[in-house]
Amino acid sequence: MIGAAALAFVIAIALMLIRALYGPTLYDRVLAVNSLGTKIILLLGVMGFLLGRPDFLDISVLYALINFVATIAILKFFRYRSFQVPLIRKSGDRQ
Amino acid sequence: MSGYEGSDLFIALLNITLLSILFVIAIAIARLRSLFAIVMLSGIYSLVSATWFVALDAVDVAFTEASVGAGISTALFLGAMLLTSRTAKAEEGITKIVPLLVVIATGAMLVYASIDLPAFGDPNSPANTHVGVEYLERTKPEIAIPNVVTAVLASYRGFDTLGEVGVVFAAGLAVVLLLGFGERSLGATVRQKDREIDTNANPGGEDER
Repeated sequence: MIGAAALAFVIAIALMLIRALYGPTLYDRVLAVNSLGTKIILLLGVMGFLLGRPDFLDISVLYALINFVATIAILKFFRYRSFQVPLIRKSGDRQ
Repeated sequence: MSGYEGSDLFIALLNITLLSILFVIAIAIARLRSLFAIVMLSGIYSLVSATWFVALDAVDVAFTEASVGAGISTALFLGAMLLTSRTAKAEEGITKIVPLLVVIATGAMLVYASIDLPAFGDPNSPANTHVGVEYLERTKPEIAIPNVVTAVLASYRGFDTLGEVGVVFAAGLAVVLLLGFGERSLGATVRQKDREIDTNANPGGEDER
């Protein structure tokens, strides 16, 4: 049962990889990277149960945090062409 | 560790799958010319190889790979892309062949060196016969942390790790002092100069970025 779930995650990772390789626009690639990260997290969790050590769940939680921050950083880079813009805008700023 | 012995086939299959994904990504990175796609794919590469490190029980290496490779270096590459063009030039002639030869030679040397290594998890290997056994036996009763590597790094060699943290902190502080932050940073100064040049060349025009 868990093995079937792991197989499904591997197939999903392969599909995301194809999208990241051939994705015509940049946003396809960002979305592919983000959802591939999610599939990796799920695969890590399943892997922990398959190997009989559910401690791996802690690691997958950390990966989820990194994945989220990385996606925010990439999208912010696209919007502002810079990392030095604060995410929360003050009322007086233009743009 | 119960259930570990029966899942050897699964571990082998998982290693083969992850390594073939890494192989496909590496070939794609070498073939692509769009720098942004390469940055995205290198982030994926780090994430997949971190998962592979977890599968090999090197959890601490996997942590470092995930945070540095997939997190920080993706952001750094994107920042570097601001300063250069978005596509790489296609290599021709000798510059196309020489890196391939270097990579093949290095790979052959590594494979040759790995023949002498003891088998994975060999109880008679040097790493498992000297001080390693001591750590494995003492960690559970003394510290009760399931991961022995964490116990060695954070407890038995705690002062060593504290010194390393101090060194890394000093290095980061030096970089911040050199490059600056916010309005006084190097990037902000460059952009300010650009804006002055723009308004001098195009007076009255609102610069749209």
